[in-house]
Amino acid sequence: MKYIEEYRKKDLILAVAAEIVKVSRKEIALMEVCGGHTMAIHRFGLTSLLPPTVSLLSGPGCPVCVSGQRFIDAAVEYCHLPGVIIATYGDLIRVPGSNTSLEKEKARGFDVRIVYSTLDAVEMARANPDKRIIFLGIGFETTAPATAAAILEAEKEQLRNFFVLSAHKVMPPVMKALVEEGVKIDGFIAPGHVTAITGTAIYKELPEQYGLGVVVAGFEPVDLMQAILMLVKQHASETPGIEIQYQRVVNTGGNLIAQKMLERVFELKDESWRGLGMIPLSGLKLRESYAVFDAEVQIPVEVPPAREPKGCICGMILRGFKTPEDCKLFATACTPSEPVGACMVSGEGTCATYYKYR
Amino acid sequence: MSLNPDKILLSHGNGGRLMHELISGLFLRHFSNSILDEQSDSAILPVDTAEIAFTTDSFVIDPLFFPGGNIGKLAVCGTVNDLSVSGATPLYISVSLIIEEGFPMKDLEMIVRSLAEEAVKAGVTIVTGDTKVVNKGKCDKLFINTAGIGRLDRGRNLAGRFRSVIPGDVIIINGSLGDHGMAVMNARESFNFRSPVLSDCCCLNGLIGQVLDQSSTVRFMRDATRGGVATVLNELGGKIPFGIEVDEESLPLDKGVSAMCEILGFDPLYIANEGKVIIVAGEVESRHILELLHSHEFGQEAAIIGRVVQDHPGKVVLKTSTGGKRIIDVLTGDQLPRIC
Repeated sequence: MKYIEEYRKKDLILAVAAEIVKVSRKEIALMEVCGGHTMAIHRFGLTSLLPPTVSLLSGPGCPVCVSGQRFIDAAVEYCHLPGVIIATYGDLIRVPGSNTSLEKEKARGFDVRIVYSTLDAVEMARANPDKRIIFLGIGFETTAPATAAAILEAEKEQLRNFFVLSAHKVMPPVMKALVEEGVKIDGFIAPGHVTAITGTAIYKELPEQYGLGVVVAGFEPVDLMQAILMLVKQHASETPGIEIQYQRVVNTGGNLIAQKMLERVFELKDESWRGLGMIPLSGLKLRESYAVFDAEVQIPVEVPPAREPKGCICGMILRGFKTPEDCKLFATACTPSEPVGACMVSGEGTCATYYKYR
Repeated sequence: MSLNPDKILLSHGNGGRLMHELISGLFLRHFSNSILDEQSDSAILPVDTAEIAFTTDSFVIDPLFFPGGNIGKLAVCGTVNDLSVSGATPLYISVSLIIEEGFPMKDLEMIVRSLAEEAVKAGVTIVTGDTKVVNKGKCDKLFINTAGIGRLDRGRNLAGRFRSVIPGDVIIINGSLGDHGMAVMNARESFNFRSPVLSDCCCLNGLIGQVLDQSSTVRFMRDATRGGVATVLNELGGKIPFGIEVDEESLPLDKGVSAMCEILGFDPLYIANEGKVIIVAGEVESRHILELLHSHEFGQEAAIIGRVVQDHPGKVVLKTSTGGKRIIDVLTGDQLPRIC
């Protein structure tokens, strides 16, 4: 496959790995922010190619993992309403809420359907005029424009049975929050697809104020290894800065059309992150002018206060202060099939990965 | 009421005239053989061996028709393959249908024809069957349950043979991974991928018989259906005191399947096959087995995909095509398309 095979060439990967070994003298800890990066790193077994001086830490960029329990609880309440169809991306259905998951509610007979694109949900609204379709908007700057596009399409067609429950989040505040809380890292492998939308200006403070390197990386093994090499070099020469490795997709200005769509449909709000708590202005809600599509406004439901799992230390793990083995629930009450905390939910979360490689 | 309705009615299952017509006009017409034609309550089977292999399976699939097959073909292949990987020669199968009221008669005929054709191809006889019709909404269109009986010749019993697996043994597959799962998914979800991925659904008794006849070191054999190759290897890994190493570069993959997996975030190692067998055999004989497979229509792309190793007992480790390593774990729940 074009644009894939070229970036999976073994010789090239091993050559970059050898270069990393050569350049890396002092210990360096890097956080890959994006869940897609975490997945690629494990899928291709890249950690086994790195010298012991380089350690990788998974960040908060798996949208499924960091969605607050209240969001799942609300979606569950919505699916119990008569005439409601929940349209959701697949990997959300297994995420545990306070008492249940969408997968379990689906098994109880409630109408929860997996879609592959936001426009599938719009099509569902078209095809079922007597039902209310609630799309669960999840993800960062990468997926939020697609939700905005669906809303704009629904507006154009004057669909009055299409709604969005938004848990969309933005990246910069959480990265900053982690740094301010003292996470022990020397640089970020920055999310390629988020940056393709936002451009690189969102990272400006990281090198300037906190002395951290930032390299925007693609998702294939050569991309990631090259990004790590770039960060190792920055660290070695003590010149932290913002660099783009993923140049075939990302430019400094970002995707202006997508930015405009986001700006038109959404505004910032305070948002709760699973394991990290409330982070000011880190979430996206529909603007008042699009409130007719806002599930929370149009179809208010009572959501009981979320029951945060007792004993779960995901927040500390996501911040890099603790490892899964420090957690009492790890591998006993919390396993990949019965996950308690954010880091076990996704197959690529830190706890799930530790579990596999125990 | 017409005597030849174009849809299945509850009366087709009530023991009366319509049911009789369905049996003689459709099932017996396609399945006819001397044992079934007796229409007694039990099929009486001649068996000339000390041991038989006996299996049962149920088939529920959406959609019923998919590129490369349908539920009827699948039912015969699934049953035949379960017997074959046990070392048995499949002989007889039963076919029970549970049909939803209102099911189109022409679809039923196509499914019955596929059952019959596949049985002929595989050399098995459909010797008994049953039909039930349930109220609309009480089942999803049509379900098939089968049982199968095979003759187990002396020295052919593969059960327990895994205990002789030793480090150095090789892991062979007879062709590409994940074709069935992706073909069905493409048909079900109307992704409109233009790539024509076909299900690999086929009866493997011929191919397996040939391998067993002409080799002496096959120590384990399993068809890689639900849960895919990863699941079979983990099952084996759990039974032996050794590890399993798989070489990603050697995995045969259809281009279309591989592209769909990239887009949806799926791992082909976990995707269902319906015409693939994993064979573990001695290293020395492996080249010969590979040649045998290559000479068969269902083994053209056969490949050695890994080996049994001393290290990491119980674990299946993938040597990635990029030079890294990762554990192939047991699947938790279904694979879900990822948003990131």
